[in-house]
Amino acid sequence: MNAIETKHLLKRFGTVTAVNDISLTVKEGEIFGFLGPNGAGKTTTMRLLTGVLTPDSGSVRITGIDIHRHPLDAKMQMGVIPENSTVYGDLSAEQNLHLSGQMYGMPRAVREKSVDDILSQMGLSEKRHLPVRTFSKGMKQRVSIGCAIVHRPKVLFLDEPTSGLDVQSRRLVIETIRHMNEEGSTIFLTTHNIEEANMLCQTVCIINQGTIVAQDAPERLKKMFDTTQSVEVSFDRPVTRELFADEGILRAEPCGDKWRLYTDNPDHVLKYLVGRAALESIGITSLVTSGPSLEEAFVRITGCA
Amino acid sequence: MEIPLALRGILVITRKNMRLYYTKPPVLMFGLLFPLFMFFAFFVGRKLDLATFFPAFLAMMLFFTASSVGPLITPWEKREKTYERLLSYPVTQDTIILGDVVAGGVFGIGISILVWIASTLFVPVSIANPGFFVLAFILGTLSCAALGALLASPASDSPPNVMIFSNLVRFPLIFISGIFVPLAQMQGPGLTLAYFSPLTYLVDLFNAAMGGTSAFSPAVDCGVLIGVSAAFILAARIIQTRNLVKGL
Repeated sequence: MNAIETKHLLKRFGTVTAVNDISLTVKEGEIFGFLGPNGAGKTTTMRLLTGVLTPDSGSVRITGIDIHRHPLDAKMQMGVIPENSTVYGDLSAEQNLHLSGQMYGMPRAVREKSVDDILSQMGLSEKRHLPVRTFSKGMKQRVSIGCAIVHRPKVLFLDEPTSGLDVQSRRLVIETIRHMNEEGSTIFLTTHNIEEANMLCQTVCIINQGTIVAQDAPERLKKMFDTTQSVEVSFDRPVTRELFADEGILRAEPCGDKWRLYTDNPDHVLKYLVGRAALESIGITSLVTSGPSLEEAFVRITGCA
Repeated sequence: MEIPLALRGILVITRKNMRLYYTKPPVLMFGLLFPLFMFFAFFVGRKLDLATFFPAFLAMMLFFTASSVGPLITPWEKREKTYERLLSYPVTQDTIILGDVVAGGVFGIGISILVWIASTLFVPVSIANPGFFVLAFILGTLSCAALGALLASPASDSPPNVMIFSNLVRFPLIFISGIFVPLAQMQGPGLTLAYFSPLTYLVDLFNAAMGGTSAFSPAVDCGVLIGVSAAFILAARIIQTRNLVKGL
């Protein structure tokens, strides 16, 4: 059985079509990445999938249950972490988790065990009684994730779960996603972070202007653009873009103290760089070639530069 | 399968509302202190028969308390960005509205019963018809709490704005509903206006329950209160569905 199945989803706001005829299938146990530029329709799609919004037409099934005909039964199967929504600041972390467990009808004893486990897993045991409004953004997000997984959902929806988090919280979120997936949950992940999607997801779907423009495994998506590869180079002193004025270099982008050079002929670019560096007495401190990235595939598919 | 889930959702939302919103300053100010101040301003120090006016005062108390929680909840949740998460739980918008109505109702009935019990120490109040008295409490609570949920429906995430709007609607009602001037003494446009206020029928039902006399038949009072309760909940549902996206 598919964990999520949508057919011909359509949602309009006035004259704007936010989601246009979207059909997708997420297999049970899969981590599914949903990518797209700002305003592409990611959050609206997720709200349709989670029953927060009703589509103008089309259907959504969660573990086989039609969410718009049987919203409560379907929502019992899922946990949701909305992008802009938070937990109750006046309640403590523990109270928020209990409230969430009550919403899913968990018996008290089961709930208490699960709340203790999650507080410990999220590193919040010592602060369990403090009001959430006193927490940092990362800690609030951990409580938010805890609220979504307290009942061990079959399907977990996450909308930009790592956006704006510090490294520690981000790692904890990613670990939690992996852990939930290992325990059998299907993950639907909306993210701007292409590297995160590349690292976590078995399938990636790219949406642009309300329409799905690509859906495949990350590696296969990258192979669609295998004519474009990159060379990453750093020198022992700063250089300007003029150094990369060569017909073999399609695009040069500074990345911290390095430069990433996009090319369809890495052999030519390597020889050019070595020769030019020798000519100008510049030392090369690192030189790495890499295949097409998911980011490159995303940029090419969505037409965003 | 869905009905038990819906009932559980209403119960959990009610408990959440009671814990989070009963002690918010706007609720205490406009739900508790304001009707008491109105009572002191109009009745204390004047040579009025308090026992005669007590049913109207009790109706006013119930009206203000039961309708003060509802307007705060949804705008507060939208401002604090908890509304979308709430909608993603196994609840529907109907469940949320009914949870808000029940929370407002429990607040209204609890405070009003306390006031009634405390008042019996100072005012010689009697109950002519206990059945009507219970009905007045139940239907009054339901209709006033439903009005509270309706007043929360505008697409605003600013609780102060919604409270101002709700008071703009609620304050005029207490002057046209037979609270300060008994219905029997009203005439002309004032009486015509009174017919359009649901609070009139609650005051009248309390008069029937406590004094034994009423301007309308208690059956009419009950019918109107049930009808407006349903209309308020339905209107709240339609408006909140229309405004849903604006609050996410």
